[in-house]
Amino acid sequence: MSSPKPIQIILARQLASSLAMPILIVDTEGTLIFYNEPAEVILDQRFDETGEMPADVWSGRFALADEARNPIAQEDRPMMMALSERKPYSRTVWMRCGHREWLHVNITALPLIGEGRQFLGAQMIFWEV
Amino acid sequence: MQVTLWGTRGSLATPGPETARYGGNTSCVGVVGREGTVLVLDAGTGIRRLAATIPESVRRVDVLLTHLHMDHIQGLGFFAPLYRPEVEVHIWGPGSATLRLQARLMRYLSAPLFPVNLSELPCKLTFHEISSREVDIGEFRVCSALVCHPGPTVGYRISAPEKGVLTYLPDHEPALAVLRFPSLPREWTSGGTLAAGADLLIHDSQYSAAEYTGHCGWGHSSLNQALDFGTLTEVKQLVPFHHDPDHTDTDLDRLMAQAIEETKPAYQVTPGIEGAIFEL
Repeated sequence: MSSPKPIQIILARQLASSLAMPILIVDTEGTLIFYNEPAEVILDQRFDETGEMPADVWSGRFALADEARNPIAQEDRPMMMALSERKPYSRTVWMRCGHREWLHVNITALPLIGEGRQFLGAQMIFWEV
Repeated sequence: MQVTLWGTRGSLATPGPETARYGGNTSCVGVVGREGTVLVLDAGTGIRRLAATIPESVRRVDVLLTHLHMDHIQGLGFFAPLYRPEVEVHIWGPGSATLRLQARLMRYLSAPLFPVNLSELPCKLTFHEISSREVDIGEFRVCSALVCHPGPTVGYRISAPEKGVLTYLPDHEPALAVLRFPSLPREWTSGGTLAAGADLLIHDSQYSAAEYTGHCGWGHSSLNQALDFGTLTEVKQLVPFHHDPDHTDTDLDRLMAQAIEETKPAYQVTPGIEGAIFEL
């Protein structure tokens, strides 16, 4: 059983579940605690099968490269920037999952801040460009 | 602990012969510990009668507000201990992103809505912001967490030192936006952790299943959802609460029987009737 989730995270999951954009939700440690069905296509896995995944596991599921196709280091990825700096971060990148085609996508990561400025985690939205 | 229901109606006080048995007062529950700690859960119109039962010797009362919708605070100005200089009254409840609890309550307890200003009350009044935390109040451990209801709203889990857990979720819509409820584990369900394994769960059951479909997002549950939530959280006893003003005693009897028949809970269901007392 995973840890209890604050209401903001529960509602974020419910919203993500009803949206067609791929969305990932992580906790304060970067553990992937939910991804919706459109994101399952990107990760090439189903949330019901994987459950929660530590940061090093889920972030290794896909490669990210900048517009010039240079690899983006883990710490410079949008989700990690949102987690470490607690600010929104958006970037257009090339993304590849496994041996599939490279996708040109915009990734926007948003920190989730609750009442009393409590840091709850972050969510990441993919947008194909 | 002894738990007494002083107001079980939701939304609007509903006195009258057709609601006399379940009661017409809005949300208020009294909790008294074996060592004498007095907790008041919400300050609906039921709080006036509760106040009359507090012994003169009591010097501290803690009022735990789940949220500040009118049916949960309307009785506050008529709570007798507020007018006794020798009594400490501690009011706990959620602030908002921009206003503290005291400022939010001032909107009601001030002109033009009320003749007495909060600052004029003679008791020793203290406000405590509470959202998701644990505190000790007298002999009780009180856990709170934000739950699904419009505006900042918390639920409470109250544990007595030796035994007995009461969970109070009077206004709660855990099924919001969930296609099939309950489908997620309780740690992913609003209020799920607060209610887990409780000896007594007092839970929102404002609507019939048919009525809920027209009121999604209003922050309340159907009776069937409340019973399913009780199953998910493995409570020992459920008290359906916060009855809709339009539901008469006859309606509630019928709706309770129908919901129990449909959901077949494996635990005890005791209708939320004003004046009911539970010993935990």
